[in-house]
Amino acid sequence: MTALPGSSFVRTQPAPVLPPPALSVGPVGWLRANLFSGPFSSVFTLLAIVAIGWVLPGLIRYLFIDAIWSAPDGEACRAPTAGACWAFVTHKFSYFMYSSYPREAVWRVDLTLLMGAILVTWLLLPRAGAKRVGALLFFVAYPVIAFVLLSGMESLGLPKISTDLWGGVFVSLLVSTVGIVFSLPGGVLLALGRRSRLPMVRMASVIFIEFVRGVPLITVLFMANFMLPLFVPENWTPDRLLRPLVGVSLFASAYMAEVVRGGLQAMPKGQFEGAMALGLGYGRMMRLVVLPQALTKVIPGIVNTFIGLFKDTTLVAIVGIYDFLRTVETARLDPTWAGPTISTTGYIFAAFFYFVFCFGMSRYSQAMERDLSRDRSR
Amino acid sequence: MSDQSPPAGATAVNPLYDPRVRGFVYQALLVATIAFLGWQAIANALANMRARNIPTNFDFWTKTSGFDINFTLIKYSAVSTYGDAFWVGLLNTLMVAAIGIVLATLLGFIVGVARLSPNWIVAKLALVYVESIRNVPLLLQLLFWYNAVLKPLPGVRDSVVIPGLFGNPFAYLNNRGLVLPEPRVGQGFWLVQLALLLGVLLAVGFALWARRAQRETGDIKPVWTVGVALVIGLPTLAYFALGEPLTLDYPVLRGFNFSGGLRVLPETVALIVGLTIYTASFIAEIVRSGIQSVAKGQSEAAAALGLRAGPMLRLVVIPQAMRVITPPLTNQFLNLTKNSSLAVFIGYPDLVQIFAGTVLNQTGAAVQVIAITMAVYLAISLVTSLAMGVYNRRFTLRER
Repeated sequence: MTALPGSSFVRTQPAPVLPPPALSVGPVGWLRANLFSGPFSSVFTLLAIVAIGWVLPGLIRYLFIDAIWSAPDGEACRAPTAGACWAFVTHKFSYFMYSSYPREAVWRVDLTLLMGAILVTWLLLPRAGAKRVGALLFFVAYPVIAFVLLSGMESLGLPKISTDLWGGVFVSLLVSTVGIVFSLPGGVLLALGRRSRLPMVRMASVIFIEFVRGVPLITVLFMANFMLPLFVPENWTPDRLLRPLVGVSLFASAYMAEVVRGGLQAMPKGQFEGAMALGLGYGRMMRLVVLPQALTKVIPGIVNTFIGLFKDTTLVAIVGIYDFLRTVETARLDPTWAGPTISTTGYIFAAFFYFVFCFGMSRYSQAMERDLSRDRSR
Repeated sequence: MSDQSPPAGATAVNPLYDPRVRGFVYQALLVATIAFLGWQAIANALANMRARNIPTNFDFWTKTSGFDINFTLIKYSAVSTYGDAFWVGLLNTLMVAAIGIVLATLLGFIVGVARLSPNWIVAKLALVYVESIRNVPLLLQLLFWYNAVLKPLPGVRDSVVIPGLFGNPFAYLNNRGLVLPEPRVGQGFWLVQLALLLGVLLAVGFALWARRAQRETGDIKPVWTVGVALVIGLPTLAYFALGEPLTLDYPVLRGFNFSGGLRVLPETVALIVGLTIYTASFIAEIVRSGIQSVAKGQSEAAAALGLRAGPMLRLVVIPQAMRVITPPLTNQFLNLTKNSSLAVFIGYPDLVQIFAGTVLNQTGAAVQVIAITMAVYLAISLVTSLAMGVYNRRFTLRER
């Protein structure tokens, strides 16, 4: 049927497109959809806004406006209107970093931390090449160099420094790095043991893993501190710092083993069979075929274990190690600085430190996860 | 691990390359190493303990402890034995763990659901809570609650008043702890408890009967309404029939202290608050991922079958989400129980503080004390994982 010529009620041109209703697009639409979509939602939104308005200004005033940024001692921070006492943090900063480590030797700590930071960046940046070299340096060479630098070696002109003087941020990082370096291979070995077809190997792995995972870290540290010296010959007393390091490493290995086992279980059987068909023995099958794939699969889980390990390093204070949190605990009781805001300031600073590290690690693992899933969806 | 058996008639494999022989040798080596190390450790420990005059038996268990504990659930004094001290510590640990688990689960479910809320600001607040709490060590949070929040509170006379339902003071918070109204049990209260027990039994019976009736006739009985009515209604009836045998004894400020009421130590408050807030952030993430793991098609199919929002959640979404949520949730409960050992840092008298702390230092029996402490935690987690195993066998998805 053709349009009737001249008939006024038939359009010859399409109607102009109307703008969308103002209430469903733009800022207003967004507000309606996300904040005021119903009576309950509106009530919650208002409550949340009231709560934020109640907390946030006070927090900002406490942290920034009323805060004392520089002061020679705690006098200014004791004023009733004073907020956070950042002067306390800047004043105690080197104590937080190195505790009682001799001040003329702190360059050794700085150098160790710098090398560690470079190696870690190398390993974490996906674009940096030669990962094998980096891993070898980090897992083998770096621990040796760090040990020599930190504890000293007379023949190199570095005076010995007893671990009794070690403390602060660098000990926290040291404990977590040692835990990481030992827990990854330890966890892989335990996970392989748990999935071994040899019953004795399997049983030993299962007993160790379930035992360590069933008890709190504190009791493992107690055991390392009180029982380790009893288990070794009388004339050999393990170092005060070495004992919690052993405890933390064993503890982290058991948790890592379960993560790695998850990855091994997720491997399709064809990978094992394919490797065997190529004539690879057990060692080469695991090293060349299975583990590279299984470990990549569980990178998020591995990083989560690292985060937990990093937070757990605070517990070594129970056996007398001056980790970062312990130095904060000691510094806040200093009578020169004693005041109503000192404890809070110290804890906020410590919380910020731990948050930056843990949040950074979790963000990194999320990014990795996205990369990997993109890889898998191809 | 190629276990190729030689074809018939072929010469026997060199035993050096026979996987069975190899496996046997490896295991023998492993067992020998473990046995050797264990034997060495025990021999060394015995020699060292004898040399240092450390007791090697459990005689200390029945000896008088000589120290007092400021918070006990059972009768205990300085003349009690070390064994009594152990039970006090164990009960204190279990109490904190039980309260913490209940509160953390409630808070965690609320925050987890809020994370998925279509309301932008509510979801963002929940996200901020989860991320900021999860990434800060629990020990730091406990120290914060104890040293920076509860310790600087005003003294008894200037207590912070927590208002009750009708505006009158309900509880008081000061630097000596939290003072709550104490429930006073009157005469005949056991009848109310009996009524509660009866209500629970009847409700369970009704639910069983309703299930059978539904299987046979297809009729759906109001299980929840009747159950709730029985569990709440029966004790309430008994309570009023007996003339309100349970009253709240409100604390009153007299002179320098409160008379009446129930005083909770600041250590206990800090530990429970810290554990609850920390664990809830993990539970929230578990709940969120559990709910998100239920495929959208499930609720769409339920809607297509004509289910309304309530039954859809109850019968389709939540049962499937719970299957994902329960195992990690149990793990968090175990973590909370194990984390309660951080009590030692703020001085709450839990198992580790009393037993692996004071008792160990006084008796010097390090090996025995630490072994018992570890055995307790191990037993708790083994029992929980056994229960989890039973649950998993019952509820895992059975695919055809």
